[in-house]
Amino acid sequence: MGDFPILSVVIAVPIAGALVSMFVPAHRPEIAKAIGYAATMITFGFAAWLLWNFNTQTVQFQFVQDRPWIPALGVRYIVGVDGISIFMIAVTALLFPLGLLSSERYITHRVKAYVAWFLLLEGAIMGIFLSLDLILFFVFWELMLVPMYFLIQGWGSERRDFAAMKFFLYTAFGSAFLLAATLALGFIHEADTGSLSFDFRVLADWNGLSGTTEVVLFLGFLAAFAIKAPLFPFHTWLPLVHTEAPTAGSVVLAGVILKMGAYGLLRFSFELFPQASVDLAPLLLVLAVIGIIYGAIVATMQTDLKRVIAYSSVAHMGFVVLGIFSLTVIGINGAVFTMLSHPLTTGALFLVVGMLYERRHTREISEFRGVWKAAPILGGFFLVALFAGIGLPGFSGFIGEFLSLLGAFVSDRPYAIVATFGVILAAVYSLWAFQRVFTGKPQGENAKMRDVNLREVVVVAPLIALSLFLGLYPKAALDRIQPSVKRAVANLERKSDYREPKPHDILRVAGDGEPKK
Amino acid sequence: MNAVVTPITTPHVDWLAIAPEIALAGAAVLIVLLRAVIRRRPGATLAGLILAGGGVLAAGGTLAWQWIHVRDDGPISTMSGMVRVDGFGVYLGIVVVIATALALLVSVAYLRREGLEAPEYLALVLFSSLGMVVMTTANNLVVVFLALEILSIPLYVLAAFDRRRLSSQEAGIKYFVLGAFSSAIFLYGIALTYGATGTTSLTGIARFLAENTLFETGTLVAGFALLLVGLGFKVAAVPFHTWTPDVYQGAPTPITSFMASATKVAGFAALMRVFLVAFPLYRTDWRPAVWVLAVLTLLVGSVGAALQTDVKRLLAYSSIAHAGYVLIGFQAATPRGVEAALFYLFVYTFMVVGSFAIVTVLSMRGDDDHSIDGYRGLAFRRPVLGSLLIFFLLAQAGIPLTGGFIAKVEVFSAASRAGEYALVTIGAVATVIAAFAYLRVALSVARPETDQEAAEEKPRVPFGWRVDTWTGVVLAVTAAMTLILGVVPATFVDWARHASLML
Repeated sequence: MGDFPILSVVIAVPIAGALVSMFVPAHRPEIAKAIGYAATMITFGFAAWLLWNFNTQTVQFQFVQDRPWIPALGVRYIVGVDGISIFMIAVTALLFPLGLLSSERYITHRVKAYVAWFLLLEGAIMGIFLSLDLILFFVFWELMLVPMYFLIQGWGSERRDFAAMKFFLYTAFGSAFLLAATLALGFIHEADTGSLSFDFRVLADWNGLSGTTEVVLFLGFLAAFAIKAPLFPFHTWLPLVHTEAPTAGSVVLAGVILKMGAYGLLRFSFELFPQASVDLAPLLLVLAVIGIIYGAIVATMQTDLKRVIAYSSVAHMGFVVLGIFSLTVIGINGAVFTMLSHPLTTGALFLVVGMLYERRHTREISEFRGVWKAAPILGGFFLVALFAGIGLPGFSGFIGEFLSLLGAFVSDRPYAIVATFGVILAAVYSLWAFQRVFTGKPQGENAKMRDVNLREVVVVAPLIALSLFLGLYPKAALDRIQPSVKRAVANLERKSDYREPKPHDILRVAGDGEPKK
Repeated sequence: MNAVVTPITTPHVDWLAIAPEIALAGAAVLIVLLRAVIRRRPGATLAGLILAGGGVLAAGGTLAWQWIHVRDDGPISTMSGMVRVDGFGVYLGIVVVIATALALLVSVAYLRREGLEAPEYLALVLFSSLGMVVMTTANNLVVVFLALEILSIPLYVLAAFDRRRLSSQEAGIKYFVLGAFSSAIFLYGIALTYGATGTTSLTGIARFLAENTLFETGTLVAGFALLLVGLGFKVAAVPFHTWTPDVYQGAPTPITSFMASATKVAGFAALMRVFLVAFPLYRTDWRPAVWVLAVLTLLVGSVGAALQTDVKRLLAYSSIAHAGYVLIGFQAATPRGVEAALFYLFVYTFMVVGSFAIVTVLSMRGDDDHSIDGYRGLAFRRPVLGSLLIFFLLAQAGIPLTGGFIAKVEVFSAASRAGEYALVTIGAVATVIAAFAYLRVALSVARPETDQEAAEEKPRVPFGWRVDTWTGVVLAVTAAMTLILGVVPATFVDWARHASLML
C-alpha cells in the first residue's frame, strides 16, 4: 500500500459521508443512517489497518503526507501519525460507530442532519489528531466546533441553546489565543531562520525562542488546551455541556474532545516550548491535583447521574495532566494510556446512563432505586464500567493512573501523594452513585425496567472488553506509545536544562542525602 | 508689452486606462437619456437593466484587460499623473465592479417587489460605482475628493430611494448630512496637506517629503489626520461609524449590501493609497493612530453586533468589525499587510453580499422587519436558504474552510510579521465576541418552531428556493466563492500579492 494516502482517507471518508448524507431525501432517514454506518465503519476499518501496520521500531511520524496548501503563508497540508496520536485515531474510529448505534432509538427526528453533523465531527477530530502543520491543526480545531455546536443545539436537552453557545464561545475564546500564539511562533521562527514554516517537525527541532517569549507563547497554547482539557479552573463549561448534549455527543465529548486538550498539551505546547513547560510545570501540576480532588469531591455531590460522570472526567483529565507534567517517560506513558482508556470507560458509562434515560426520561439519581433487580445486565455493565473507570487493577484505568502517579512520584512527590487521594475519592463517588441507583428495593417504574437488548450489548460490550484487555495486557498499547514518548522527552532534555529524574535518584536521596538533580 | 499667447496644452489621455470609467459613465448616461424617451415603465426598466448589465460587463472586461496589461507592462500613469492604473487599483476596481454587479442582480426582484422599479435607480448605482472605480486609481488628492463626491451623492439618493418608508428617508438625510460633513473635513485635510507640501499629487507629496525635511510638521500631521478622519468615515471606522447602523438599516437592503461592500472597498482603496503612497515616511506618526482606530473598530463593531436584536443592524455592526480586520492589515503598512487587506476585502465582498442577499429575500414587503426572532425555524421552512445563511454567518465568524477564515489568518499573519502581537490578540478576541453575534442568528435559524408558531401563517416550502433567478445566481456565486476561497485560496492570495506589490 506504499503511497496510499491512508491518513487523508481517514479524514476524508467521514466528511464525504457527511456531504453525501446531506442529499438524502428527508423522508428516508434509513438511507442516511446506512451512510452513517458505512462511513464510520469504513473509517474504523482503515484505522484498524493503521494500528496493525504501525511500525513500533521507529520514532518518526509515519504515513506522512506533505503538500503545499497556502504557499503565501507557508501553510502546508501535512498529516502523520506517531505513537501518541495512533490511539486517539483508533479510539475515535471506535466510538463513532458505537455512538451512532446508541443513537438508534434516541434520535428520531431530523436523522439526516444528525448523521451529517456527526460524520463531519468525526472527520474534523481525525484531522486534529493527524495534522502536523500548526495552521492545519487550527483549521480542524475550529472546524470541530461547528458540528458539535449544532449537535448540542439540535438534539440536546432543555437548556441546549445555552449549552451550545457556552461550548462554542468558551473553546473559541481559547482558540483565539492559540491562533495568535501559533502565528507569532511561525513568524519568530521565520525571523530567526529565514524560512517560513508551520511544520511541527521543523518547529520542534528549532530552538530559538527567548525565555519570556517562550513563556508567553506557551500560555497562548495553554489557554486553548486548558479550556478543552478541561483543567481546573477552566472546566466550568463541561458539566453543563455534558448534561445537555445528546448521549452520543456526551460519549464523543468525554471520549475524544476532552483528549484534544491533553493531546495538544502533549504534542504541541510541551514539545515546542520545552523550557517554559519545565518552568511552568509546578503550576500545571497544582491545577491538575486540584482538578483531581475537586472533580472527585464535586462528583460525589451531584444529583444528576450525567453530571457525576462529567465531574469524574475533570478528575480523570487531572491525572492525564499530572502524568504529562511529571515530565517523565513513565508519567507521560500513563497520561497517553489514560487518554486511551478513559474514552472506553467513560464512553461505556455515558452509554449506560443514556439507556437509563431512554427508559425513564430522567437522570436524577433520586428517581432511581434498585434498578439492578429489574435490569441486572444493565447494572452489571454500569458496575464493571465504574470499576474500570476508578482504576481497579485488571482494567485499563488502573494502568493509566498508576503510571501517571508513578511518574509524578519520581519527579514531584508531594503532588503524587495528594493526587493519590483522588483514587480513593473516585471509589467513593462511583460506588455511592451505583448504590443509590442500582441497589435497594425497586419502586414504581424502576421495578418494571426493561433490561438491555442486543443492540445495547453490542454498543457497550466492546468498550468494556477493550478496557479489560488493555488492563490485562497493557504492553500491546505501551509498545506503540513508548518510543514516541521517549522522543518527546529526549527533545525536552535537548532543548532545556531539564534532566529526567530516574527512580534510583529518589532512592539515592532517601539513602545518602545526595541532591535530587 | 506684447501679449504672449501660450497655447493651452491639455494633458495626454490614455483612453484605455480610463475605459472602465467610461463604460460605467456611458451606461449610466444612456439610461438617463433612455428614460426621457421611453415612458412605459416595464420597457424602460428592461432597457435600463440591459444597459446597466452591459455597462458593468464592459467595465469588468476592460478591468480584466487592464489587469493583464498592468501585470505585463507595469502601471499606466495618465492625465498628468492624476490617474495611476496599477495592480492595486485594478484589483480593487474589479472587486468594486463585482460588488456592483451582485448588488444590481439582487435589486431586480427587490425593486419589483417593493414597486420601486425605476431606471434612475440603476443609473444612480452605476454613477456611484463610477466614483468608486475612479477612487481606486486616483493619484491626486483632488481626484480622490472628486471620486468621493461622485460615489457619495448618488448613494445619498439611493439610501432614501424608498420614499414611502420613513426609515429610508431618515437614512438618506442622515447619510447626507454626515457625509457632507466628512467631505468637508477631508477637503480641509487636503488644504492643510497642500499647505505643507505645495502639491496635491500623491507621488508629488511623497517626493517632496523625501527631498525636504520639514521645519515644522504640525500642518502636515494635522492634514493627514483630517484625511484619516474623512476616509475613516467612509469605511465606517470607529469612532466615525455612528451613522452606519441607522443608515444601513434604513436604506433599501440591496443598497445596504452595495454600501457595505463596494463603498467600503473604495474607501479602503483611497485610505491605503493616500497613506502608503503619499506619507510612507511618516508611518511612525500615523500607524499608532490606525492602531487605535483598528482596536476601537474591532471591539465596538463586534460588541455592537452582539447586542443587536435586528439582523440588518447586526450585519451593519459586523461590517464595522470587518473594517477593523482590514485596518489590521493596513496598519502593518507592509506589502504583506496590503496584500492581506486586499484579500480580506475580496473575501468580505462575497460574504457580506451573500448575507444581505438572503436578508433581502427574507424581508417582508416593506423591508422593515428584520428581527432575529423572525428568522426562527428558517432552516426548516426553507432549508436551502437557511443553510446558506448559516454558512455565510459562519464564514463571517471566520470558521475554517470558508474564505473568512483564510482572510483573518492573512491579516493576523501580516500583523504578526510586523510585530503587532497585541493587535493580533485583540483581533482574535474580537472574533470570538463577533462569533457570539453570528451564532445567535444561526441559533434562531436552526431552532425548530414551536407548534403554535408553525400554526401561524408562514407557509411551508418543502425544498424552498422560492427566490428569483437573479438572486439565486448571486447566492450561488457568493456561496461558491466563499467556499472556494476557504478551501483552495492559493491563486487568489497570489492575485492579492501581485496587486499589493504594484502599489
